[in-house]
Amino acid sequence: MSEFLLTVHALKQYFVQHRGFFKTQSSIVKAVDGVDFSIESGETLALVGESGCGKSTLGRSILRLIEPTSGHINFEGQDIIKANARQLRELRRRMQIIFQDPFASLNPRMTIGNIIQEALIIHKIGANSAERYERVRELLNVVGLRAEAIGRYPHEFSGGQRQRVGIARALVVEPKFIVCDEPVSALDVSIQAQIINLMQDLQYRLNLTYLFIAHDLHVVRHIASRIAVMYLGNLVEIGEAKEVYDNPQHPYTQALLSAVPIPDPTKKLQRIMLIGEIPSPLAVPAGCKFHPRCPAVMPRCKEVSPSLITIGTRRQVACHLFDT
Amino acid sequence: MGELLTIRDLSVEFQTEYGLVKAVDGLSLSIKKGETLALVGESGCGKSVTALSILRLIARPMGALIRGEIFFEGEDLLCLTEQRMRQLRGNRISMIFQEPMTSLNPVFTIGDQIMEAVQLHQGLNKKDALDKSIAMLKMVGISSPETRVFNYPHQLSGGMRQRVMIAMALSCEPALLIADEPTTALDVTIQAQIMELMASLQEELKMGILLITHDLGVVAQNCDRVAVMYAGQVVEEANIFDIFKTPRHPYTLGLLRSVPGYTKEDQLLGEDNKPRLKTIPGMVPNLRDLRPGCRFHERCFSAQERCLKQDIDLIHTAHGATYRCLFPNENMCLSAEIRRPSTLVFGDKL
Repeated sequence: MSEFLLTVHALKQYFVQHRGFFKTQSSIVKAVDGVDFSIESGETLALVGESGCGKSTLGRSILRLIEPTSGHINFEGQDIIKANARQLRELRRRMQIIFQDPFASLNPRMTIGNIIQEALIIHKIGANSAERYERVRELLNVVGLRAEAIGRYPHEFSGGQRQRVGIARALVVEPKFIVCDEPVSALDVSIQAQIINLMQDLQYRLNLTYLFIAHDLHVVRHIASRIAVMYLGNLVEIGEAKEVYDNPQHPYTQALLSAVPIPDPTKKLQRIMLIGEIPSPLAVPAGCKFHPRCPAVMPRCKEVSPSLITIGTRRQVACHLFDT
Repeated sequence: MGELLTIRDLSVEFQTEYGLVKAVDGLSLSIKKGETLALVGESGCGKSVTALSILRLIARPMGALIRGEIFFEGEDLLCLTEQRMRQLRGNRISMIFQEPMTSLNPVFTIGDQIMEAVQLHQGLNKKDALDKSIAMLKMVGISSPETRVFNYPHQLSGGMRQRVMIAMALSCEPALLIADEPTTALDVTIQAQIMELMASLQEELKMGILLITHDLGVVAQNCDRVAVMYAGQVVEEANIFDIFKTPRHPYTLGLLRSVPGYTKEDQLLGEDNKPRLKTIPGMVPNLRDLRPGCRFHERCFSAQERCLKQDIDLIHTAHGATYRCLFPNENMCLSAEIRRPSTLVFGDKL
């Protein structure tokens, strides 16, 4: 049994939406609806799913960037949900996030040096400004940017370079765990490959653990050790990356993977047709949330919601097909 | 013969306050009836500018200078009057824009927006136009089109808006469809639905499609030929099977290898013995100060001194493919070696 760095148990993140003229009616959006998983130290767990399935929300509630409705998040033996403000600040030194959009996540009025340095000031690292700047220069070198970048502003950089700044900003406080929220989705393929390699190198050198949120399944197959597939607020399948990719079990995972275009013209897609789109989280279907689109739907699926069942080694699936 | 669209030696230049920017430089392309040509390349390589010039949607007062010939069904689009051009746009040539969120008008219902095109170009009355809109929405797979037709864009999801864009673009049964990254903003499941839809409509209407994308998976699955652009020039053009099997230009090879899942053998390993992707070092050159010679030489693994001496001309092969390189890759794609720059010091220039 290896050590778990992070364990999430029954995590729920609900949003209440008020409607009507006097806001008298309210409805609940269950963005994350009871999620359980653990991440081992040094691994990359990829979280995949269609837009609106709650994967970004999950990433943010783990860091308590939004307050989770209920559940437990255990990080290095400490329950994050119960942490007070001071403890939380201390925790955030060890858990960081890299955002999707390198154009929106850097303050345009701050220099790169100040953006990276800010975390050091907040966490009271480094005795004086000279020492902090030394650390910033070191980090810029680590992410492959020149030291001159320190006095420049975000608009002077390309998308790939900004994402490097975002990585440096996250790394400056020496975290152990990083939530990567679609870090390469906004980049061109050639730049994307550079950033992915950089993230892999850093993971090895600094012994980082990643929760890698993505929708590009080719990228996920390359970088992840394990894959968790999410649908409408629930995990439907989780397992070793290679196994999930090569031998998906849940009908949703199968359909999702079959829709990924293969960069080889001699292999045509054998697509499993999914009807329609992901339903609105305001009107979640009863029973298994996937049943209206599922090609293998059974009467039971419309009534009983399946829970994660362990099949094989470290493989879990939430589907009635695997009930015994 | 049988060419639907022929672009010869197209150049587009913009006069900016920082100097002349050559967005497109000597581009030649052609598309046949019923054929899909992919235009691929990184951001800023001139793909979208090429598409906009075909429809003459580049505002001239900005100081844009467009030269060359764009022949469509026997007419040179660049010489037509604005009035004639308006008859073609959205009628014989249609375009699907990248962002379905911003390309629909938020204050009109989607029905109004589809009806506008058919009323204008096909002279239908309001009732027939509405029926036509409903039929189009049905064709692109929108459920209950009779009520959806009265919806505003904000009431629809991203995938549905993109379908509306397609319905609008196809409502006049165009001979040429220009699709500028039609599925980039969408999930893979929706992307697969949309690409399938476009293919079946192409079959039915025999239209030519110019598909602009940077997703090589989409290219491999949906296109007949590929033109690869780099810094305003076409650097390679070939049919889909040749380009994926034997890319001649080092840039094409580099692009393909950057895609996770393309190379299976001969992988690079990092310090942790896990596979790494093969990258193209550096960044695209600044289009404001292009030096003579090959535009890719700074990032190229096979560049030599000769590459800098003069501009490289397109070389035509016996199989109808073209490439712009003095030292092309002649082997199967997997054998040539791209050296990876030392891990943490990239050739990134600030």
